[in-house]
Amino acid sequence: MISNLAWIFFSTLLVNNFTLAMFLGLCSFFGVTTKMDTGWRLGAANTFVLVMTAVSVWILNTFLLGAAPYLRTIAFIVVIASLVQIVEMAIKKYLPVLFRELGIYLPLITTNCAILALALLQTSRNYNLLEGIVFAIGAGLGLTLALTLMASIRERLDVADVPAMARRMGLVLIIASCMSMAFMGFAGMGSG
Amino acid sequence: MTTALIDAPEEKEEVIVHGAPPARPLAIDFWRGIADENPVMIQMLGLCPTMAISNQVSNGLGMGVATIFVLVCSSFLISVLRKVIPNEVRLATYILIIATFVTVADLTMQAYFPPLSKTLGPFVPLIVVNCIILGRAEAFAGKVGPMRAVADGLGMGLGFMLALLIMCAFREVVGTGTFLGHPVFGPNYEPQIFMIMPPGGFLTMGLMFLTMGWWGTRKADKAKAEHLKAQLAKAAA
Repeated sequence: MISNLAWIFFSTLLVNNFTLAMFLGLCSFFGVTTKMDTGWRLGAANTFVLVMTAVSVWILNTFLLGAAPYLRTIAFIVVIASLVQIVEMAIKKYLPVLFRELGIYLPLITTNCAILALALLQTSRNYNLLEGIVFAIGAGLGLTLALTLMASIRERLDVADVPAMARRMGLVLIIASCMSMAFMGFAGMGSG
Repeated sequence: MTTALIDAPEEKEEVIVHGAPPARPLAIDFWRGIADENPVMIQMLGLCPTMAISNQVSNGLGMGVATIFVLVCSSFLISVLRKVIPNEVRLATYILIIATFVTVADLTMQAYFPPLSKTLGPFVPLIVVNCIILGRAEAFAGKVGPMRAVADGLGMGLGFMLALLIMCAFREVVGTGTFLGHPVFGPNYEPQIFMIMPPGGFLTMGLMFLTMGWWGTRKADKAKAEHLKAQLAKAAA
């Protein structure tokens, strides 16, 4: 049981990292990783929403969608959108300081493909509630890891002398490629 | 109170028209998505599917056709319903309309092309969160008539497919030495497996942006040189 959970956690965190190996959540990965602070804050917000999603998807799958599997995509996206809205309102009411720091990133999370992908993968792999939560935490920490690493590299890149043709996105993508290659080194870990 | 009731519809009418793109011929609406405002190469939207499934040309074709279907149908429906959808809940409505068409595309693919549906995996339902579709709905389809919305959707969809196919072709040819499954380089070619793995996706996209950046700087340099030459000629005269 424990080893199964640990396997899910590490394989999602490192081997099948959501951003670097599965290409999920790239919009935020390239869009908002210019500063270290925003990088890990967005990661934390994502992790929180991912865990909430895992719980609600489990509820949906267990009690509601059994009779109507073709409604999955629609049901998931509606639940995720309302969930993000509720989380945003709750944080605004009870943790105003955190809200000011996260503010603009929270609504962005709705259209983050990592969230919907988590819901779909959790369904197709038939995870139970506990496995789903561990899966979500692993995915969230994986996103945070990738965002933070990327942000710290880009902070250094700001003061570097980059040729004009690579200034827009080219170099950032090549860096992402190198990071992804480094993460491929973990692949041997989970193959057992 | 009565004045407020009378005023309200007028205000709503204005909100719908507010920010509407200027009237243009259909051909321009169509062409814009393919070249000047290519969603992937210029606007950098929809990067996730572009990189994730671009290791085979057949994947690119399937994904491109599915996205075009969803984009055109949702643009049409949103445009037809644009005066009915209340402004406050428009994003939720758009998402629901898009999700419906994605479900149609997903189920159709599962029924008629099961191997393709299996390789694309969660990326077919993930078309819902493809920013190109919601972006077009919000920026264009929700503000103009159905004909223009369809022309724009078709153009943007084809532009997306074009970028996708360029990436797929490069990655498949280099990564496996085949094109649509047919060998290209003969038996002695050693496939660069790296290109069809995740880092290859980032690398191909990076090379694409570098090429475009190089092209852009070259064009800017040329314009600058022309400008200088013109100024020198003027000074000499």
